[in-house]
Amino acid sequence: MMTSATCRSLGFPSGFRCLGIRLAVAAAIVLPLGVIGAHAEDMKVTIDNFTFAPAELKVKVGDTVTWTNHDDIPHTVVSAGKFRSKTMDTDNDFSFTFTTAGDYKYFCSLHPHMTGMIKVE
Amino acid sequence: MSDHDHHDDGVSRRRVLECMTWAGTGVLWTISGGVPHSLGLVGSAAAAEPSGLTFLQISDSHVGFDKPANPNALGTLEEGINKIIAMPKKPSFMIHTGDITHLSKVAEFDNAERIISQAKLDVHYVPGEHDFIDEEVKLYKERYGKGTKGAGWYSFDASGVHFIGLVNVVDLKGGGLGNLGAEQLEWLEDDLKGKSKSTPIVVFAHIPLWTVYPQWGWGTEDGGRALEYLKGFGSVTVLNGHIHQVMQKVEGNVTFHTARSTAFPQPAPGTAPSPGPMKVADDKLRSMLGIASVNFKLGDQRLAIIDTPLQG
Repeated sequence: MMTSATCRSLGFPSGFRCLGIRLAVAAAIVLPLGVIGAHAEDMKVTIDNFTFAPAELKVKVGDTVTWTNHDDIPHTVVSAGKFRSKTMDTDNDFSFTFTTAGDYKYFCSLHPHMTGMIKVE
Repeated sequence: MSDHDHHDDGVSRRRVLECMTWAGTGVLWTISGGVPHSLGLVGSAAAAEPSGLTFLQISDSHVGFDKPANPNALGTLEEGINKIIAMPKKPSFMIHTGDITHLSKVAEFDNAERIISQAKLDVHYVPGEHDFIDEEVKLYKERYGKGTKGAGWYSFDASGVHFIGLVNVVDLKGGGLGNLGAEQLEWLEDDLKGKSKSTPIVVFAHIPLWTVYPQWGWGTEDGGRALEYLKGFGSVTVLNGHIHQVMQKVEGNVTFHTARSTAFPQPAPGTAPSPGPMKVADDKLRSMLGIASVNFKLGDQRLAIIDTPLQG
């Protein structure tokens, strides 16, 4: 098995300590792959034609979402009491890392008819 | 209007909107005793020498904007100002209905001031949302906020007309439209108290106070409350910007009017995926940018607004 081979190659004796490290190594390998596979593309919100896309995005606690403005007009991303971007001019972006689960409604404070939602679970 | 034929059978709503919006030289109209009368196209009426109070409206300069819809917004602002300088009768003053700058940068405010001051007229400003996006939200108020209340609202009198500058671009709520807020509405009610109902009122603000197209945010959430306070006045004129095109509506005693931008045109409501800057052919751009001139003839309560494009 890959993990045992790794454990042996690291020179650890077999036993409880090695099992602990083996699990940690396994987690380190599996988790990032899982995140990249399931979320990397979904972690971006684009702004085109005064619209957030996707309008609703599901992420996990600890995930970072990046908004990018493709319009010729500046926009912002504001979630009351939670986060507030600087004004994003054309091709500027803004990132926020979600550390608490919940529903985050947000909008553009310059064009408040633009709204979106991040669901953090 | 020569491009459009209103008598065509089956003319579409969109085509009517286009006619209304892009009318070449604008429409002149008047209010007499609170009843509006259309006087037809400006071409014929403009020949009459205006008397009484004349002031100008410019809007949406967006100094700093350099995208394909107009790579030189400062240049077209200067063309607008040159038109004002060339007017045979010097107007009394100018109002600017916001979005002086594109990104609220110091250099943008400086450049706007340098060009607009060439008209050598007093300018009464109200802010657009683009004038409040510097990090500390202080540049607009430092320059234009003296003697104003709250986020920058105020009133003044000129030649018997009461002018009210309102701010509807702050504290906007998600999913909503432009916003005046309780404090400003209270001030407005107070400001109008004791005014004779025959006093002509001019209200100016950046976002239209009336609902033009909520899908694009073109309206003011609590604009109706402001209009409540204006009921009973014989002549009320509401001047706005924000939508970068000429639109007019008359409702009872109130006449609504939006001015062109000097920077870039925006599409007619619902005719594009978004209200963003509209790229048109280079030789067409200046027919879609412009300024407005407003004339009051006191006594007969006549009011005329003339929209003049930079070209055409």
